[in-house]
Amino acid sequence: MSTSAATTGVAPSTAAPGAGARLAALLERTAVPVFTAAAILYLLTPIFVMVAFSFNDPPGRFNFVWGELSLEAWARPFARPGLADALVTSLVVGVISTLVATTLGTLIALALTRYDFRGRAATNLFIFIPMATPEIVLGASLLTLFVATAQEPLRTLTGGAFFPLGVQTILIAHVMFNISYVVVTVRARMQGFPRHLEEAAMDLGATEWVTFWKVTFPLIFPGILAAALLAFSLSIDDFIITNFTSGTSSTFPIWVWASIRNNLPPQVHVIGTMIFVIAIALVAVPTLRSAWVGRRAQRRHAAARP
Amino acid sequence: MTWRRRVAPYVLMAPGLLWLLLFFVLPNIQMLLMSLSSGRISTGFDLTWDFGNYVDAVSSFQDQFRNSLVYGGLATLLCFLIGYPLAYGIAFRGGRYKNLLLFLVIAPFFTSFLIRTISWRIILGNDGPFLSIVRDALGLVPANFSIIGTPLAVVSGITYQFLPFMVLPTYVALEKIDRRLVEAARDLYAGPWRPGGAIVGGAIGAILLVVMGAALTYVPLAVENLAGILVVAGVGAAIGALVGWFLVSEAFVRVIWPLSLSGVFAGGILTFIPAIGDFVNVELLGNPRTQMIGNVIQNRYLAQNDYPTAAALSFLLMAGILVAIFVYARLLGTEELSGGRV
Repeated sequence: MSTSAATTGVAPSTAAPGAGARLAALLERTAVPVFTAAAILYLLTPIFVMVAFSFNDPPGRFNFVWGELSLEAWARPFARPGLADALVTSLVVGVISTLVATTLGTLIALALTRYDFRGRAATNLFIFIPMATPEIVLGASLLTLFVATAQEPLRTLTGGAFFPLGVQTILIAHVMFNISYVVVTVRARMQGFPRHLEEAAMDLGATEWVTFWKVTFPLIFPGILAAALLAFSLSIDDFIITNFTSGTSSTFPIWVWASIRNNLPPQVHVIGTMIFVIAIALVAVPTLRSAWVGRRAQRRHAAARP
Repeated sequence: MTWRRRVAPYVLMAPGLLWLLLFFVLPNIQMLLMSLSSGRISTGFDLTWDFGNYVDAVSSFQDQFRNSLVYGGLATLLCFLIGYPLAYGIAFRGGRYKNLLLFLVIAPFFTSFLIRTISWRIILGNDGPFLSIVRDALGLVPANFSIIGTPLAVVSGITYQFLPFMVLPTYVALEKIDRRLVEAARDLYAGPWRPGGAIVGGAIGAILLVVMGAALTYVPLAVENLAGILVVAGVGAAIGALVGWFLVSEAFVRVIWPLSLSGVFAGGILTFIPAIGDFVNVELLGNPRTQMIGNVIQNRYLAQNDYPTAAALSFLLMAGILVAIFVYARLLGTEELSGGRV
């Protein structure tokens, strides 16, 4: 499998290759793995910095420069006005928008993978466009719409539901940008779906409804769960679109953005670290568990064989 | 039964598509109308079909448009230069650590976008770890050299933010390649690509390093600076030639590279689009002279309430991107683009 080793012009049987040739062979063998490791390290560096600076007691108001080691921010992570409220808003918006977007998106993914219908290719493209649109355009256009509903006759028509902006407009925006991600994630897991299992269930007399809940849903559930996790993390993290649709309410990223003009307390890094650890645990623990269960099943299977 | 099968997909899709229609399509139409209106938020807006907003937007924000294209383009290029070998390393040399490595590539997404950018501000800051090594310990740059507030800082930030968008589609394309094709190429005497690799690599390296230096304003493209340009080109050529000579095989050039192109294109689009619309990196890492079009849009919308101009700007951005997507879809199909994203 080692591609670059095989590109070596040096045959292994060559008698006593020179130092230069050996160096070249070493370079060919190690360059790609070393680069890969370095690039991964580069991707992870800002995370290490975040964790380290959550233990910082900065010299000024901004947590940009190392002062001295301190557990102060970890002891009192919410000791800033509005921070706890912003985090609660983030969680509420995250949970609700994930539930709504996962439901709507899964239905679209079901339609796209299980039916052949006119407009399927167009729908695929249409689903992709919101993901490819810069977030700033998504936010700006939503704000334009919401502001337009503040004027008559739309004002009476919408009953002022969209203006003034608030948690409800943040929710609308988060559901909107999450739908496409859910569709793409669920659709990817459903390709190569074992249709014969459904046919078998129907042959054995199960109705369509029973087949769906007893056969189809359990099989696609991991994909739906993955989509929901993705949607939740996108929602918790979103800043740009929320910035346009939040009005005077704050989520955690909005709180950070508003704060950074005057100060940046290490509490921001503490909460960032907490979110990171929880998110990693949510994703990693089920993966590790299923890998472990799979290995154990494999061992049993092997042991049961004569 | 057949009637139900015909209607079922539309019923399933209806709620989701309706949501997208109301809160994605309609807002964009509203934004188009707004860009052709005049007025202020206090007095209300009148649809005047005034295309002057577009003329104003383009003529008064030329610098920001240029910055967007230059920084976005440069960041996409850097994402490719870092992301392609990374994706290749994971796909071909990852072995049993493939899934772990992929997980590490997306791990940054588990922290907040803002906090990642703040981390770069710490790392690249005047008293930060990067300059304390490169400037103070190694003395590679002058004592008054700083990064925050320069195009380099902005491009570094954008490159970092969107690198996973380049790596994932490229990885998907590389992973799909049938390994037997590579073996077949070797059986048919595809060896190291010499001397072609060194020549092509040298030429590409020289051009890339000069372009990057010029775009980041470190290498002014002027006749008086010919010596400087030649030095930079020489360094780039040397790096490119070394890579081409030692690391690029004929099997790669003739089999792997052509088969991975669709992933590279998808990654390029997925990187370039958010990159040109970004404003957070400029706000936290740049200075007023490095502002991009996103900064203008967000400032006009949220600080100055100048909706018509801001709408014209973001509609231009949107229109450019729609053209890019349709060109891509025509050339390579829709499933590849949307399927490559994780």
